Amino acid sequence: MEYFVQQLINGLTLGSIYGLIAIGYTMVFGIIGMVNFAHGDVFMVSAFIALILYLLLTAVLGITALGIALLLVLVLGMALTALWSWVIERVAYRPLAGSFRLAPLISAIGMSVFLSNFVQVVQGPRNKTVPPMLNHVISIPVAGGSVTISEKQVLIMVVTVLLLAAFWIVVQKTRLGRAQRACEQDRRMAALLGVDVNHTVSMTFVIGGALAAVAGLMFMVYYGVVNFADGFTPGVKAFTAAVLGGIGSLPGAVLGGILIGLIETLWSAYFSIDYKDVAAFSILAIVLIFMPSGILGRPDVEKV
Amino acid sequence: MSAGGNGSTRSTLPPEPVSMREAARKAARDALPWALVTLGLCFPIILLRTEQDLSNRIVLNVRPFLTLGLVLAVFLGRFLWLLAAHLPRPKAPAFPRLDLAANGARWFPYVGLAALFLFPFLSLALAGPSGAIKWVDNFGVQILIYVMLGWGLNIVVGLAGLLDLGYVAFYAVGAYTYAIIATYVIPATLPVLGPWAFWICLPLAGLLAALWGVILGFPVLRLRGDYLAIVTLAFGEIIRLVLINWVALTNGPSGIQTPRITFFGLPFTSPNGGTTVGSLLGLPGTPTVHRSIFLYYVILALALLVAAVTQRMRRLPVGRAWEALREDEIACRSLGLNTVNTKLTAFAMGALFGGLAGAFFGARQGFVSPKSFEFLESATILAIVVLGGMGSLVGVAIAAIVVIGGIELLRELDWMKSIFGEDFDPGQYRMLIFGLAMVVVMIWRPRGLMSARQPSIVLHDGKAIAGAHVKEGHG
Repeated sequence: MEYFVQQLINGLTLGSIYGLIAIGYTMVFGIIGMVNFAHGDVFMVSAFIALILYLLLTAVLGITALGIALLLVLVLGMALTALWSWVIERVAYRPLAGSFRLAPLISAIGMSVFLSNFVQVVQGPRNKTVPPMLNHVISIPVAGGSVTISEKQVLIMVVTVLLLAAFWIVVQKTRLGRAQRACEQDRRMAALLGVDVNHTVSMTFVIGGALAAVAGLMFMVYYGVVNFADGFTPGVKAFTAAVLGGIGSLPGAVLGGILIGLIETLWSAYFSIDYKDVAAFSILAIVLIFMPSGILGRPDVEKV
Repeated sequence: MSAGGNGSTRSTLPPEPVSMREAARKAARDALPWALVTLGLCFPIILLRTEQDLSNRIVLNVRPFLTLGLVLAVFLGRFLWLLAAHLPRPKAPAFPRLDLAANGARWFPYVGLAALFLFPFLSLALAGPSGAIKWVDNFGVQILIYVMLGWGLNIVVGLAGLLDLGYVAFYAVGAYTYAIIATYVIPATLPVLGPWAFWICLPLAGLLAALWGVILGFPVLRLRGDYLAIVTLAFGEIIRLVLINWVALTNGPSGIQTPRITFFGLPFTSPNGGTTVGSLLGLPGTPTVHRSIFLYYVILALALLVAAVTQRMRRLPVGRAWEALREDEIACRSLGLNTVNTKLTAFAMGALFGGLAGAFFGARQGFVSPKSFEFLESATILAIVVLGGMGSLVGVAIAAIVVIGGIELLRELDWMKSIFGEDFDPGQYRMLIFGLAMVVVMIWRPRGLMSARQPSIVLHDGKAIAGAHVKEGHG
């Protein structure tokens, strides 16, 4: 029981990171119907930005208060990654709007290859490690024993919940969120009614990039190591999470992320750690075969 | 990699005749945000490079000149680009379009075929025996493997319209079928067949891959479009992860050494001075050259087999059903087409050819490991198919030559060391340029190089169809 609860906590932490990335995939898919393959690499770039900013603030500028340093890294990292995401949309996807379906996908794959190799060239191929932080553990008594939760796990879950709440308010209550939802339902009609579709798409990429930056910082804090090749696997898993939850659905992306995190952690805990990714992908295949539109997605009805 | 800027200052009207100074002022004002965006992109990730110091701590190295140089380059590039629009410019000669099919260049495939058959001897004559290995093996064989893979995937994506992001799985199944049977099974059971290993494994690899095509195709029959894409990607990753982790069967990440290809049972090299192809036929040159040339013709024959089968299939009911399915699945169902069989045959045919190419790859490399079957391979093959203009055999072949030849050519950048100094490693820019080129080409020609189609079936006279009228399918 204790072991199970412990794994549950670990899974939720991992799932929060996947959920944050998955939102970027699902929002872009909902609005322009493309798989933004480069999003996983945007996440990797953001982890590098977080790493560099963290080192800059702590080692060079000498900020000793960890909380302030991390907050600054979070804010700056979100802004810089959002800029990357915005530029990528303008350069690689905007010219292909209205083109046939595979062209943006190939362009996105090209962008993904470019980003990971770009980081390899400018930052070098080795693993980058930061000194461990926030490792204090808190014991919580659970039915006849206790489980431990580290400060960084608490931080990851709290920040994720706070940012998701903020994001939810943006989507539900603001003018931008309304425009996004309108574009998702019918892009042409939204344009006819005066919604600036291009601007909305741009802002979607900006928000997706900012949330990926949060995930990047959390990843850096949690694992303490970043590599240029770290974009692909979390990216694919986050996309899996988005599809699992029902692509286009925002709560679905978070739910899918948490599920993938839990499946991965529980599988590694009880079965074989080598096959954890196989388990995640197999679950994806099984869910899609029996529930083709995901858990919370709308069924895909085609009008003739 | 720079970009963005505010597009609102650009007008769709023809530029008013303004003075050069006015134009320069406007261009500078427009280029400034570009420079600022570049600065924002460069700020942490280029300006500060993380390096491990001697005590294994990470330190930051500042690179102000590289950053400033990039920002300046973007500013000047944008500035001059805008300024050039104001200069009176001579009418550009019409760019020759590559729509060979549309221009009725029916001779092109024949000339191309002749060139392909003569290629090894041409390179032998031009580069000599030692130089020819590079051309025949690194370029010829490598490109033809991707031509074959592209044509195989073309059946699934280009004809049937099923978006498959995990094609490399079947390539891996083929390669590992060859590696396991030729290295472990045949020596343990019937060592007599050893020299024939490749020829025995080739059909087996194809059949096994086709079987896997059906097995993986069956569950995804109901999925469409991007769902299909992600599930096939997942299957590709699953197969790769199993290859890595099932050490007892596949030897894990360290891979399997496989026997080399033989000339129908006759080896190319013999360690103890036995009969080889060279000694039997009295051929000049080294065994490596003989083997490279033989490999070249084997893969050429395999690739042409795919092309021939594809062309025949398009005239058979099942091939027509594939294309009909790509154009409109609902109409197909309404007309009583069995979409299950149609999709499964497409998956199986594509997988079959992937498997054959995989067996060839195993025999050519003499070594297979999971590293050769990463997602990037699937992406490269898909990029070749899309870049070629889906469905066009000649287009896919040209795209394979451009993409794979380009990647191979980028290996040959060592001369740049003389400009940038000895510690400049051009090899690391190879995939960076490849990724960037994928984006640029897609923006330049989203429908691929050869977007026009010859219809498979015509009533009176055949006319090429513009790419815009060919659907890409929903999967």
